[in-house]
Amino acid sequence: MDLSYSIITLLLPLFMFLLLGLFGMKMPKKVAGILGTCAMLVTTVIAYGVALKYFFDPQYMVDGVRQGQMVFNETWLTLGHGLKVDMGIFIDPIAAMMLIVISTISMMVHLYSLGYMHGEKGFQRYYAFLALFTFSMLGLVVATNIFQMFIFFEMVGVSSYLLIGFYYEKNSAVSASKKAFIVTRFADLGFLIGIMLLAYYCGTFDFKTLMSNPGSIVNSAAGVTFLGCSAASWALALIFVGGAGKSAMFPLHIWLPDAMEGPTPVSALIHAATMVVAGVYLVARMFPMYLFTPEVLDLITVTGAVTALYAAVVACAQTDIKRVLAFSTISQIAFMFTALGVARPELHEGVGYMASMFHLFTHAMFKGLLFLCAGAIIHMVHSNEMDAMGNLRKYMPITHITFLIACLAIAGIPPFAGFFSKDEILVAVYQQSTFWGVWMSAVAGLTAFYMFRLYYRIFWWNKPDYSHHTPHDCEWVMTVPLVILALISCVAGFIPFGHFVTWNGGNYDIHIMWEVAAPSIAIAVVGIVVATVLYRKENSLPDRIASSMKGLHRAAYRRFYIDEIYMFVTHKIIFGIICRGISWFDHNIVDGFMNLLARVTNGAAYSIRKLQSGQIQMYVWVYYIGALLLALVTCLLLI
Amino acid sequence: MELTVLYYLIPSLIMFGCGVYGFITRKNLIAILISLELMLNSVDINFVVFNRFLFPGQMEGMFFTLFAIAIAAAETALAIAIIINIFRVVKNVDVENLTKMKY
Repeated sequence: MDLSYSIITLLLPLFMFLLLGLFGMKMPKKVAGILGTCAMLVTTVIAYGVALKYFFDPQYMVDGVRQGQMVFNETWLTLGHGLKVDMGIFIDPIAAMMLIVISTISMMVHLYSLGYMHGEKGFQRYYAFLALFTFSMLGLVVATNIFQMFIFFEMVGVSSYLLIGFYYEKNSAVSASKKAFIVTRFADLGFLIGIMLLAYYCGTFDFKTLMSNPGSIVNSAAGVTFLGCSAASWALALIFVGGAGKSAMFPLHIWLPDAMEGPTPVSALIHAATMVVAGVYLVARMFPMYLFTPEVLDLITVTGAVTALYAAVVACAQTDIKRVLAFSTISQIAFMFTALGVARPELHEGVGYMASMFHLFTHAMFKGLLFLCAGAIIHMVHSNEMDAMGNLRKYMPITHITFLIACLAIAGIPPFAGFFSKDEILVAVYQQSTFWGVWMSAVAGLTAFYMFRLYYRIFWWNKPDYSHHTPHDCEWVMTVPLVILALISCVAGFIPFGHFVTWNGGNYDIHIMWEVAAPSIAIAVVGIVVATVLYRKENSLPDRIASSMKGLHRAAYRRFYIDEIYMFVTHKIIFGIICRGISWFDHNIVDGFMNLLARVTNGAAYSIRKLQSGQIQMYVWVYYIGALLLALVTCLLLI
Repeated sequence: MELTVLYYLIPSLIMFGCGVYGFITRKNLIAILISLELMLNSVDINFVVFNRFLFPGQMEGMFFTLFAIAIAAAETALAIAIIINIFRVVKNVDVENLTKMKY
């Protein structure tokens, strides 16, 4: 399959969005859903074809290094000074990898939603939005230049907004969608400023040009400094801020837990597997430039590490299962960022970059699976709260097994996928600094603990009263995606990922470093054992532990009051103090001036309105008198 | 006595003055229409006279006048029709009473 077929993977979802968006309401729900799913299937097949062709065809290798392929590139806007914005398709290892991830998860979610969203109002609209999201996300990963990426970055944000607010009759969904849009948009402001800075100093948006010689480009902008950092550092740091907003890094993470108001398959697709890793993808895409600004990479490392710990601690205290998964997503994405931050070509051939992308790949699979399982459970129990669940392993065996596989994968137990990628990340981090290495190992242990806490609370614990409605496994459209993703989670770790994706396109042989892997397995097992002891059977021990650490537990449950701090800053300080002054100025000075103008005009109009009597004869009379006077004046002047 | 241009222009001017005076002072629509016609005719006279005295070999002014007369006739017919309709609605042709569509 030629690489140029990749255009179909973009155009087909766009077409489906238009078709279902414009005419969906005229179709029966079933037709719209099946149409959307079939189109997605075609997209998936083509995306796989393109990606596999790219990975396995030797014509794209030069000296053992995979070359990025510019499949399409059309000038879209010319901005003068040789600066132009292109639209096109650029396929390189990470883009091809993302094609696989996005199309797989999107396909699973399309199929799963046939069951999950069955009978919902606005079913067709839902599929139209899913198609829009798939289009935007695929456009993002194949972007040829940073501006095209920005455009699709925003489109992804819009489709996320639309899907979070899918239940637009629910107040919480509406405010969650607004929150998500505003926070990510706020971060994207940084991205936009970063793009402008970069374009100003480099004269191009094009990834290929930027990456062909990143050192000289960064150095050319090194002369200009601001607050001790060069313009290039600022540009790259601001671009990272945009990525951090989309990827929910501390302190811009506040939107992601609230985004769980959307339908659960949407959370699986957007807020676990694909959109939230757009930030990681952005940094990975620009990685050769980041290498020349080590201070920004350090910023990324610290942000990632802090977020990983923060989110893991918060996840231990949440009781809403989707929120636990949301915080676990934040924590895992932070792992990817940390791995990118510690990646250096001289350390183990830049293993951090490969590890980050590997973790992105495996995480997408098992986190998508976790969310889809959670969706199946919520579908049966009709509640997000842990207290409404328990002992479900007897009722939902397939969901139980797949959820367990995903939990083992995320906890890093071999031979499941998460073990391999997390191990590579830890190797990369230990190479850079032992401190962060120990830190991330601790977070990995916490991960195992909170995931198994979730698992035991859902599938073991006590037995609530299900007498009104006995839960059972869902219909096949919902269980087949679970099984497929569980199989992928089992085997994905054995993919020789280093042969496909590395920071420079070369080959890297993954080998397990047991001096890192063994302790991390031990830590994960400890986490699992602790969770087993605490949560396997209903008991009062967790409550007693929680009450013995009352302050910490309460703070973690309230997410360390970050939302409250945001509320305080925005409402009390910005709205209350700064905006009050601006509002006074607006009301009195700006409006006052306009009112004065209006009043003067009004008064003048009142005083002369008698002239407009409507009597034509009066007008004619005035006209003749005027004409005569003019004639008289002319005569006098001539004489 | 030779007929100079002034012999034509002065009556025309008087006609025009009468037209203006009538147009401004009369309140009856018919009278206003008559005044209007008076002004129009005085202008026609001017056309003919200037054509006759300034460009004796040419006929443009004459023809223009003929056209103007024809159009004036049509316009008068139209105006009369409007006035009759107004009379049917308002029972009156006094210009000061026609305020129905003013506000």
